[in-house]
Amino acid sequence: MEDTIEKKYTFKDFTSDQEVRWCPGCDDYVILRAMQKALPEMGVKREDVVFISGIGCSSRFPYYIDSYGMHGIHGRAAAISSGVKLANPDLSVWMITGDGDSLAIGGNHFIHVLRRNLDLNIVLFNNEIYGLTKGQFSPTSLIGQKTKSSPFGNTQPPFQPGELALGADARFFARLGGNTPKEMTKLFIEAQKFKGTSLIEILQNCVIFNDGCFTQYTDKAVREDKQMYLEHGKPMIFGKERDKGIVLNGLKLEVVNIGKNGITEEDILIHDAKCEDSTLHYMLVKLQYPLATGIIRSYEDATFEEREQLLTAEVRKNSQFSKVDELFFSGETYEVN
Amino acid sequence: MITDKTKMKSNSTEEVSAVVIRFVGDSGDGMQLTGTQFTDTSAMFGNDIATFPNYPSEIRAPQGSLYGVSGFQVHIGSIEISTPGDDLDLLVAMNPAGLKTNLSAVKAGHTIIVDTDSFTKKNLQKAEYETNPLEDGSLDNYRIIEVSMTSLTKESIKDLGLDNKSVTRSKNMFALGMVYWMYDRDMNHTLNFFAQKFKYKPLIAEANGKVLKAGFFFAETLELIPNSYTIAPSSMPKGTYRIVNGNTATAWGFLAAAEKSGLELFLGSYPITPATDILHELVKHKHFGVKAFQAEDEIAGVTSAIGASFAGDLAITTTSGPGLALKGEAIGLAMMTELPLVIVNVQRGGPSTGLPTKTEQSDLLQAMYGRNGESPVIVIAASTPENCFDFAYIASKLALEHMTPVILLTDGYIANGSEPWKIKSINDMPSIKTRIIDKSSDSWHPYDRDNKTLARNWAIPGTPGLEHRVGGLEKDKTTGNVSYMPDNHEYMTNVRAEKVKRVENYIPDLKVEYAEEGDLLVVGWGGTYGSLHSAVGKLNAAGLKVGHAHFNYINPMPKNTSQVFSKFKRIIVCELNKGQLAFVLKGKYNQFEFEQYNKMLGLPFSVTNMVAKFKDILKED
Repeated sequence: MEDTIEKKYTFKDFTSDQEVRWCPGCDDYVILRAMQKALPEMGVKREDVVFISGIGCSSRFPYYIDSYGMHGIHGRAAAISSGVKLANPDLSVWMITGDGDSLAIGGNHFIHVLRRNLDLNIVLFNNEIYGLTKGQFSPTSLIGQKTKSSPFGNTQPPFQPGELALGADARFFARLGGNTPKEMTKLFIEAQKFKGTSLIEILQNCVIFNDGCFTQYTDKAVREDKQMYLEHGKPMIFGKERDKGIVLNGLKLEVVNIGKNGITEEDILIHDAKCEDSTLHYMLVKLQYPLATGIIRSYEDATFEEREQLLTAEVRKNSQFSKVDELFFSGETYEVN
Repeated sequence: MITDKTKMKSNSTEEVSAVVIRFVGDSGDGMQLTGTQFTDTSAMFGNDIATFPNYPSEIRAPQGSLYGVSGFQVHIGSIEISTPGDDLDLLVAMNPAGLKTNLSAVKAGHTIIVDTDSFTKKNLQKAEYETNPLEDGSLDNYRIIEVSMTSLTKESIKDLGLDNKSVTRSKNMFALGMVYWMYDRDMNHTLNFFAQKFKYKPLIAEANGKVLKAGFFFAETLELIPNSYTIAPSSMPKGTYRIVNGNTATAWGFLAAAEKSGLELFLGSYPITPATDILHELVKHKHFGVKAFQAEDEIAGVTSAIGASFAGDLAITTTSGPGLALKGEAIGLAMMTELPLVIVNVQRGGPSTGLPTKTEQSDLLQAMYGRNGESPVIVIAASTPENCFDFAYIASKLALEHMTPVILLTDGYIANGSEPWKIKSINDMPSIKTRIIDKSSDSWHPYDRDNKTLARNWAIPGTPGLEHRVGGLEKDKTTGNVSYMPDNHEYMTNVRAEKVKRVENYIPDLKVEYAEEGDLLVVGWGGTYGSLHSAVGKLNAAGLKVGHAHFNYINPMPKNTSQVFSKFKRIIVCELNKGQLAFVLKGKYNQFEFEQYNKMLGLPFSVTNMVAKFKDILKED
């Protein structure tokens, strides 16, 4: 078809004229830039891209992308995004949210949007703190964490976003440090390709209220030893020297040294992101050393809007009504003369 | 088996202009079905009708209990019927609890049919009767028709080999058969209904039909029934009619608005009594492209609708009072982003969970003011079951043409009440011109406004060149970018208020029925139209100069409102709340004095009581 001539975009086409107002040094800049670089590579028209957010630092994101966007209300981005997508399934809908927005006030919408599996992309900025309200603990803050609302230490146990997501039957879950822009751009493109709800958790450093919260995993010096970047179909190997791997020992994942105690690469688990059974994905999400990053789960399933569209076509085919007048004058009517 | 205890004179056949009948029994006795069948049959016969289902919120309340009584009232007539009626000409009571809770509504000397089989010691105890009212003389002022309905039902279908439960379940049809004969109705409609409903259970269809006929013939052949009434067809305008209740009419109004505007309809909703039937109706109509989304909660209901509106659908959300409270913040977002959205609130008794199945008008102030900040929205109210169609349509038209949320108030009474609807073709409905723009220009901004209405444009995702961002933060009046500038905020606050105010140029004048000037103006709004119309009609028939003005448009109000008020010596505002419209009127039209008549019974107004009250007021002068 003639109209498939694709306009070639650059990141500038997705950069709005608004001044970006995050704190200097915030990971949010990295995420924004990674997104602006990814969008031109997605093969999606600019006018078909919609960014929806809730409330919080991350939720200012839509203002900075030159596409359609709505800065919603606290916690409700998932429901607003669902309405956009159901109204027009041809749109590429991105939901931008944070740990407070989606795991606290919007927790209900968060689990249900994952359950339904609309073809949406969700980017969850997890910084384990409330930023915009200036430093209260969030549902991902650690026990003992001292914040403005927990001066003696937090006593509420945290959520792991990935655990919550898999519990809600998320079909796609990925996790990434906030300081890895190249992987991030690649991941955003993968999320767009994935048919279904893709959830990307970014471990985002808040320089003001929770500085260094992920340094133990994300610092350049330790990253390769502390993180395991997963790729579908490849063995679960990590470490600067690529000498460590994961095996299944009973019902636990265990770190082993390749080349020691007779362990070879052959023994290392192969990452299967696409399998329906999420048991191993769940174990990977919970693993504390190394921290599993990359696409942990990517299981393709029918989407909600596909099911709706199929059913609508079926109902239409069998319906006697195509105009409302036919309905109004059908059935038990009677004449008054 | 049948006794006629009345000491009053009985005629053989009586021609009357209207009668009020109530069927009562356990919530599992099929009273709603019985009432609906009688209603439909009467409508097809050409009577004007109004109905009032009154049921407990428990699905199957304990058998025989006072609080488990379910009732269905129908008012049929050869004259104009505008309410389900106050006092009963006929009560059909399937058990002692039904008799006890409804006896006071029966006119003295009028008829009560009871199923004597249900007047057991146990049931009498549950109904808190110390002695059997059928024996102790307490019913001497009524014409009691005692029928051992359960036994007769069993007898009539004993050959069909049905289980006991199915047999006793059909005794409501025995009662209906008797009433059909008394009022000279044809049984065919109900027989066809069963044939259809139980297409795959022919035995059940046959049993119900047999019992219906048994009741009918029982009433006909035994001359023990004192009299029968005939009600001639009424003189309604010519045309094609059907029976609708308010919730169906509401749903259909939206279907019509979607088709007329060329948009797809999106409903985001969460089940809540008494609004859920709108969802039930709209989910049936996928063939019209209706996207009815049952969300995870009330907030997701409204916010998904806001998303759909942003993406270019005619978006609505339906709820009742508690749900409106939950949706408040989101309605503010729709108001701030100036997106079209219709919120239907089928009001019920409040506060909190309140009286889910009962009616009230106590959400008016919530609709008007129940949001943070200066947040005006259009508020309109339907006033009869059938005009729910018109007001759902108008709500959509106003939302789309003025780019604003519209709250449509109905209530449990008109939502569940039925009446004849002279079917409207979509060709007869006013046009709807959306504000969609599809071409970009260099000078385009998202908050550009129409000079007359002040409505902004609607640029929908997917349209090249019109990419823009909206949101709950205050926006610059021109560019639509976030702005915290003091003057800009005041300007935008005023513009949003003025936009809603200017809707007054697009709505009809407030009409006055009966006396256009005089001693007393009866003012109401929403679902009380029928009761006020009847009451004022009766006063005028008695030679009093009383007018009736009824508000459908509450924010903004019709421009001629103060002119209407100025023609009367006294004004009384009648509401099923503590005076919420009166509060609004006192603030807006403080040159007038407003008296109040308020009821909080969870029930519609009693016309009789109102007539008496207004007569008293007029005597004071």
